[in-house]
This record gives sequence, C-alpha cells and structure tokens, in this order.
Amino acid sequence: MSELNVENRAGAVPYVARPRRAAAIDVVAAVVAFAILAALPFLFDSKALLDFVIRCAAFGLFATSLNLLVGYTGLISFGHGMFFGLGAYGFGLLMQRANVSIPVAMVCTLAITAVAAVVIGAICVRLKEIYFAFVTLAFQMLIHSVILSWQSLTGGDQGLRGGIKRPVFWGIDLTNHVQLYIFSCALLVIGLLLMRQIAQSPFGYTLRMIRDNATRASFIGINVWRAKLTVFVLAALFASAGGMIMSLFVSGAYPEFAYWTISGEGIFINMLGGVTTFLGPMVGTVILLILNDTATRLTEHYGLVLGIVILFFALGLRKGLMDFAVDWYRAWRDKAKEQS
Amino acid sequence: MLEVQHISKSFGGVKATDDVTLDFATGSLTAVIGPNGAGKSTFFNLITGALKPDSGRILLDGVDMAGRSPPDIVRHGIGRAFQVASIFPSLTVSETMLAAVGADQRRASVMHRRFPLAETRERADYVIELLGLANKRDRIASALSHGDQKLLDIALALVLEPKVLLLDEPTAGMGTEERWRMIEKVHELWVREKITVVFIEHDMDIVFKIALSIVVLCYGRILATGTPDEIRRNPAVIEAYLGTDEHAGAL
Ligand SMILES: Nc1ncnc2c1ncn2[C@@H]1O[C@H](COP(=O)(O)OP(=O)(O)OP(=O)(O)O)[C@@H](O)[C@H]1O
Ligand SMILES: [Mg+2]
Repeated sequence: MSELNVENRAGAVPYVARPRRAAAIDVVAAVVAFAILAALPFLFDSKALLDFVIRCAAFGLFATSLNLLVGYTGLISFGHGMFFGLGAYGFGLLMQRANVSIPVAMVCTLAITAVAAVVIGAICVRLKEIYFAFVTLAFQMLIHSVILSWQSLTGGDQGLRGGIKRPVFWGIDLTNHVQLYIFSCALLVIGLLLMRQIAQSPFGYTLRMIRDNATRASFIGINVWRAKLTVFVLAALFASAGGMIMSLFVSGAYPEFAYWTISGEGIFINMLGGVTTFLGPMVGTVILLILNDTATRLTEHYGLVLGIVILFFALGLRKGLMDFAVDWYRAWRDKAKEQS
Repeated sequence: MLEVQHISKSFGGVKATDDVTLDFATGSLTAVIGPNGAGKSTFFNLITGALKPDSGRILLDGVDMAGRSPPDIVRHGIGRAFQVASIFPSLTVSETMLAAVGADQRRASVMHRRFPLAETRERADYVIELLGLANKRDRIASALSHGDQKLLDIALALVLEPKVLLLDEPTAGMGTEERWRMIEKVHELWVREKITVVFIEHDMDIVFKIALSIVVLCYGRILATGTPDEIRRNPAVIEAYLGTDEHAGAL
C-alpha cells in the first residue's frame, strides 16, 4: 500500500500519512464526547449546567462555522451572525405558523439559509478583505432591520413570542429538558464532526491554499471564487443550525439573535480560543459564556470586562488559548524527542 | 505549440507589451531577456491570464487563450512559476504538492474523503524527488530557504504536467553558485520532462550557455529573436542592451 511508504519515511507528518486512521480517530473522539455529555444529566442534577451546555452547543456551532471562514479560508466575515439569526427566526416561524414537524422545519430552515447564503455570498466573496468584512456586516444590519420592521411576521422588537410548539418526533420529546439537552448535544457533535471532515478533506486544503495565497491557488487551476462561495454557504448552514438550537432553547427568537453583536461575539470567541486549531472556537465559546455569566452576575459593566479580556488576548497574547496549548505541546514533544 | 500573435498591453500611457508576436516550438527551451521594466513579466502575465491583453491572440495548439481566466489557462497546459517565489506558507512541501495534484485531478472540492488522496501520492512524490526536495518534504514552506522556495514554486507548476512551463527568473535573488545549480535543475527538467520551457533570466552567461533560442524585449517590443550566436552578433542588441559595461564580458 502506498500509504505505508510515505508513513515510513522519517519525520513524515502522521495526518498526511494516514487519512483513514485520522478519520477514525475523529469519529471515536466524537462518540466519546457525546457519551460524556449525555451522561452529565445523570451525574449532576443541575438545570443550569444543562442550560449552559445547550448554549455552548448553539454558539459553538456558530463560532466553529465562522472559523471555517476566518481561520481556514482567510475570509473575515463581520456578518456571519445573520445566519444564526436566520436559523433562529426561520425555524421559530416555521414551527409557529406552518404546523410542520421539527425535522421538517429544520431542513426547510437549512434550505432557506442556503438560498440566502448563495445570494449574499455571490455578492460578497469576490470583494477584497476589508470590503468583504463590511459588506457582510451591511447584510447583517439589513436582515436585522427587516426583522425589526416586519412586525406582522417577526413581532418586531418583541421577537417571536408565545413559545414554540415542540411536537414529539421519532419518539423524541423536546419539551422534556433532558431530551432537549441530549438533542442539542447530538446536533453539536454531528455538526462538529461534519465540519472537521470538511476541514480535513481535499476541499479543506483548497481553503488553506486560498487563505495562504489565493493568486497561486488560481494558477494551479483552482476556481477561487467557487471555493469561497461553497465554504460561505456551508458555514452559513452550520451557523443556522446553531440558531435553531437557540430558538428551541428560548422557545422563540429575538432580534438580538440577528444583531451584528452576534457576529462580533463570534469573532471574539475565535480570538479567545484561537483559529489555528479546529477546536479553538469551541474552547473560546466555553470561555466567553463563562465570562459572560460570571461578569453579568458580578457587575453591570459586562462590556468593560469583556473588552479588557479581549484586549489582553489581542494585544498581550496575540493568540488564542488553543494556539498556546498547541505551542506548549509542540515544545514539550520536541524536548521529549531530544532527550530520548 | 504556443503562438503569440500581436499582443499588446498598456498601463495608462505605458506600453508594457507592444505588438509582440512569437512562436514557441514544441520542446523548445527559450530565454527571454531584457532590461528591468522591459515587459518580461507582463508578457508572462498576459500568457497565463494574470492580465488580459488589450489585443492579440495567444494560441496553444491552435486554441485561443487570450482573455481566459488563470485556472482555465492552467488547465489547458500552461504552468508558471513567479519572479518572487509564490508558495503556500503554512503548508508543508508534501502537502503543497499533494494538494496541487488534487487540484489538477479536479478533486479540489472533494469533501467526503480525507486529505491526501491516495491517487495523488505518486505524482507528488515524483516531482518532489525530481526537484531534490525529498529530504524537506515535511518542512513548512515558509521555513524553507529562498532557493528551496523557488524550487517549490517551480514544483507547483511542474506537478500539473504542463505542456508549456513559464519560469519568471528562476534564479532571482541567488548567489552565483546557487544560480548555476538552479539553472542546471531547470535544464535537467527540460531534458527529462520534454516540455516546452520559456524562462526569464538576467545573467547572460547562463542565458548563452543553456538557451536554445533567445528573445530580447525592450520597452515592450521585440528587439531581436534568434539563437545565442545570432543574438550575440545582433547590432541592435549590442547597442540597446548588451553594450553596457556590465554585460560586455558576456559577449
Ligand atoms: N499591474 C501593473 N500596473 C501598472 N503598471 C505595470 C503593471 N505591471 C507592470 N507594469 C509596468 O509595465 C512595465 C513592464 O513591467 P514588467 O514587470 O513586465 O518588467 P520586467 O521586464 O519583468 O522587469 P524586471 O526585470 O524588473 O522584472 C513597467 O514599466 C512596469 O512598471
Ligand atoms: Mg519581471
């Protein structure tokens, strides 16, 4: 087998050498993570903990999908939150008005998100960095103001009120808090696994090439525009899934879900966790939500606390936490190698 | 093979390429020379689609490439390396090659399989060996020496198995010794791969030693074309370009 040849050469990078094994490791890790998450409600009798994890699932999917754009492709979107909002509102409205089952509403919401992302992406991905950032932000603001002003549909600044029906499907009852929690964890793990696969696929490497040097990529035959649009739409779908979890969690949707600050938080999360590792945004999500919860409990100046932390990461460390973890691990490994 | 017919390109008032007509035969090895700003890189940019010509045709085996996009032109078989090595800084040498072969096999958008694809290995390895980068295959490209980055840039073009290979100053920024090693490598590629090679070069010793034919550009125009001997004796070339002190020794 040719795979083994490469692997045997001294110093070969393992994940280059053994794609199949790497995929298997990811699946095992996902199953283990899901098992641990699913065990939590039986170990701790804490609704607050489950609530926290559900929010982590919603924002984690959102932030990780943003990293597909920022970290892997070098597309800095300031409007990625629009798809989070679209997911929350699309799903909430379908459940309230269309009388469909939850899976059908989810699939329809993804379809709506995809259409919106194709249109918006087609306009945005050709733009140079700073213009891309601002035009995506402009679309976010546009969607937010549509939500505010289309009162008859969206409830305006009140949001979708009156709760979302959660009819039982496939024997799953999402009115039950533990079941909602497990369902959210399942969506998170599946979403992460799919994004991981995208990141480690040939397409994922095409994205890295575009990030590194889009000109060179086009001179080896890559259609840069198409690849960017593809990842823009894919990332939107995962962000939308995050929004749907949020909508289920709060049993409604609020204009803040579609406000530009959601995009800002996505960027913050990526800065906190780091964009050079796949799980960086997940770690960043946990940190930001903990920070959020403790800071709002202790002080009114949540924004100030957050601002200081972000300045510390951006100016002081210049890296996310996971980037540090990886650097430490590399240094430790190299040292261990030297000694042996 | 590659026929360029009356192509022109102006930037504002500057005619960077001015009615250039050239014919590169299959399997030829041609050097393009000319003073700084003569329009050599622009000429390559026009052929490879980085710039769109104002007028003229660029025929590859009879098919007009003028005005097409770079990916389209690459897929027709015109590969290029850049004056300033153009690589993917965060990828390793082997990742770079594997990804490039994948792109060439139209697998750049495959999502259901893991990188790298087994079918890309052989060709990637072949080119890595060919360019002598085998012992650096797991180095991150940004950590390579200047010369190795230039080799990687050429490897990126070569791994696509082009019919025509355009090398913009493969020896740029190198010391004399390294220059010769590089150009011997280029010569070896030409011999082994039997492709049409066009390279831009400033060093006259190198040009006269290895090129089979030479094109002299000056102010965007063709000043002369011919074998090294013809170019050496061409009075216009001597006056306009080679006649300066720094190049007199090469004549
Ligand atoms: N994109 C561009 N926009 C405007 N002017 C340009 C552009 N590219 C090249 N030029 C101009 O066209 C002329 C030819 O430039 P070109 O880079 O082709 O020269 P060259 O022969 O490759 O020179 P060198 O030996 O320095 O690499 C120069 O006057 C240059 O300033
Ligand atoms: Mg040049």
